[in-house]
Amino acid sequence: MEVGLGHYLTVAAILFTIGVLGIFLNRKNVIVILMSIELMLLAVNINFVAFSTHLNDLMGQVFAMFVLTVAAAEAAIGLAILVVYFRNRGSIAVEDIDLMKG
Amino acid sequence: MVVAALAFYLFATITIVAALMVVVARNPVHSVLFLILAFFNSAALFVLVGAEFLAMILVIVYVGAVAVLFLFVVMMLDINFVELRQGFAQYLPIGAVIGFVLLFELLLVLGSWVIVPDAKLFAAAPTPAASQITNTHALGNILYTDFVYLFQGAGMILLVAMIGAIVLTLRTRDGVRKQKIADQVGRRREDAVELKKVQTGQGI
Repeated sequence: MEVGLGHYLTVAAILFTIGVLGIFLNRKNVIVILMSIELMLLAVNINFVAFSTHLNDLMGQVFAMFVLTVAAAEAAIGLAILVVYFRNRGSIAVEDIDLMKG
Repeated sequence: MVVAALAFYLFATITIVAALMVVVARNPVHSVLFLILAFFNSAALFVLVGAEFLAMILVIVYVGAVAVLFLFVVMMLDINFVELRQGFAQYLPIGAVIGFVLLFELLLVLGSWVIVPDAKLFAAAPTPAASQITNTHALGNILYTDFVYLFQGAGMILLVAMIGAIVLTLRTRDGVRKQKIADQVGRRREDAVELKKVQTGQGI
């Protein structure tokens, strides 16, 4: 019943996979894609913290905090772009975002 | 020890199930609520592993700010979410295949890796004993000394993100009467009042 580093890494791996799966399944809904990215960043944070406590090194927790900062900034900017896009085009479907003909 | 293991399995299971529900939920509002549940339970995992400060930050930043932001945006936009879900079944096979391959590879890495026995000697910032100092205190001790430039950089990132979000969503609408305080304060007597000498019995 001993819970070690491997358990936490397994949880993080499953979370990361679910995040990737979410991007594939919700190809049309940008909001759920952004949420999937948040899930993947959370998985990364769990890895950082698990290694930090296992190796007795606080550096991992400091780095997890910076990942958190960047995730918050990314969510704010992403949602702002989403709101502006919806205001201009009246839709947030990924397929409609082809103005640049890429 | 058994209690800690049981708590770990409980929180881990709820986290994973909630994350799965974020992905497959029909209603995006439910997705956001499941995201909040996943964040709460991973915060509990952080507490279990001994990173209390990060757990509290996770609850405050993610649940308090990011998830509420998501909730506001989902509720503000008038979108037909049924339409957006079309193609879900179409992408399910390829998504499942790629997900399984990725998970399989990650678990292969997990199964075969070893940590160098004296890895703890190379710690960049060794954790003080928990009996001496709290997790928050220890983090503060190194964050404000060794990593002060990184800390300032993180602050700059947040500032730029804040300004960017405001600039992006700010719009000036036509036909809205707004109070212009600068114009009110800058108004002078000559602009507003004109004195006329009125001749008696004649009018202007």
